[in-house]
Amino acid sequence: MPAVVIEDVHKSFGQNEVLKGVSLSVEPGQVVAIIGRSGSGKSTLLRCINGLEVIQSGRIEVAGHTMTEDPKALRDLRKDVGIVFQSYNLFPHLNVVENIILAPKLAKGVSDGEARERARAVLAQVGLSEKIDAYPDNLSGGQQQRVAIARSLAMQPKVMLFDEVTSALDPELTGEVLNVMENLAKGGMTMLLVTHEMSFARNVADVTVFMHQGKIWEQGASEELFASPKTPELQAFLRSGVH
Amino acid sequence: MGSFGFPEFMFIIRAAGWTLLLTAVAFLIGGLLGGALAIMRLSSNRIVRSIASGYILVIQSIPVLMVLFMSYYGLSLFGIELPAFFAASLSLSIYVSAYLAEIWRGCIESVPFQQWEASSSLALTRGQQYRYVILPQAIRIALPPTVGFLVQLVKNTSIVSVVGFVELSRAGALVNQATFLPFQVFSVVAAIYFVICFPLSRLSRHLEKVMNAGRSH
Repeated sequence: MPAVVIEDVHKSFGQNEVLKGVSLSVEPGQVVAIIGRSGSGKSTLLRCINGLEVIQSGRIEVAGHTMTEDPKALRDLRKDVGIVFQSYNLFPHLNVVENIILAPKLAKGVSDGEARERARAVLAQVGLSEKIDAYPDNLSGGQQQRVAIARSLAMQPKVMLFDEVTSALDPELTGEVLNVMENLAKGGMTMLLVTHEMSFARNVADVTVFMHQGKIWEQGASEELFASPKTPELQAFLRSGVH
Repeated sequence: MGSFGFPEFMFIIRAAGWTLLLTAVAFLIGGLLGGALAIMRLSSNRIVRSIASGYILVIQSIPVLMVLFMSYYGLSLFGIELPAFFAASLSLSIYVSAYLAEIWRGCIESVPFQQWEASSSLALTRGQQYRYVILPQAIRIALPPTVGFLVQLVKNTSIVSVVGFVELSRAGALVNQATFLPFQVFSVVAAIYFVICFPLSRLSRHLEKVMNAGRSH
């Protein structure tokens, strides 16, 4: 069974239709990169997958949950679907470990000891064990983003969504975040990522999806798609260098 | 004609105690009610939202004096005789609730919406989001304007003197009637208000500075 099924999804903001019938299927353990110009609907598509955006029509299934507006069912879905944002969105009044243990304790009923155990494990995974007591304001952007990934991992999600997670970072800090993501991919995590990092999409993603004007314009195995783009729009996009 | 001596001075000091008590009660009850109203104003339920904004709109659009008259004289028409202190506490609490609700709503709304998104994505309930993520940040933002409002409240309690409740201002007026020493008497009254309000104003100013210094983005 696929980890994510998206079927003929339509989404509008007022009069503006941003997703015009999108269908996509992601297998467990697969890494899918979504690329495209700004305004192509790629971030909106990602945000629909964990219910941050409500779709007008179509069907979304993630990690065995059907997308719904029912708050309880939506929370159950989100326990299995992690998301990492461009702007990190750590909780500034909590330190690193408190950021990480909050949701496992509250949403999943994990004991404090167990949650702290998990926090240590996920912090080691993102290479920030020594920052366990730091506050977000005292971390670099790259470190904050790795903590955000760790916070998401502590929920032990089945699917992870990454929404342009390196776009707000200085170029010299993107590497450390991409490394963490690459390791996650190697570890078998099912991942969907909206990204401007073409080389990362090409080298790490199994499948790359090119979105254009609210539709999936072209998709395929990453290596192939980048080597021989078929549609003129993707050719122009890859040539432009403005991603 | 009496003189302005120690007993008169102590009479004013005791009345200052009533002013403080009235302020504390109105702030406590008004604060609880105001907090509930602020969250109601931000509810996803339209009816709940309308009830809160309707209440706030009405209370902010009429003078506290009218609320005071209504609770003191109005209710007595229905056979409910409220002692002056209760009528005063009740009307000031109502006044406080409407204003704090609006101040606090603004503070809650100034917490970036991404904090809501991040916490809801982590499967927290709305109550948990408020309790653990939004309110701790909103309270920090709310401290300076809330203390600032408290200063206004201390001074505005003087309005309840019109229903015969002897707080600081009313005590000053009474002593003045007995002594005809308005300058001395009201200087003392003003000084007492100052002693109460000045530290609060400074605290508010200080909190604002601390908050600004602590805000790095």
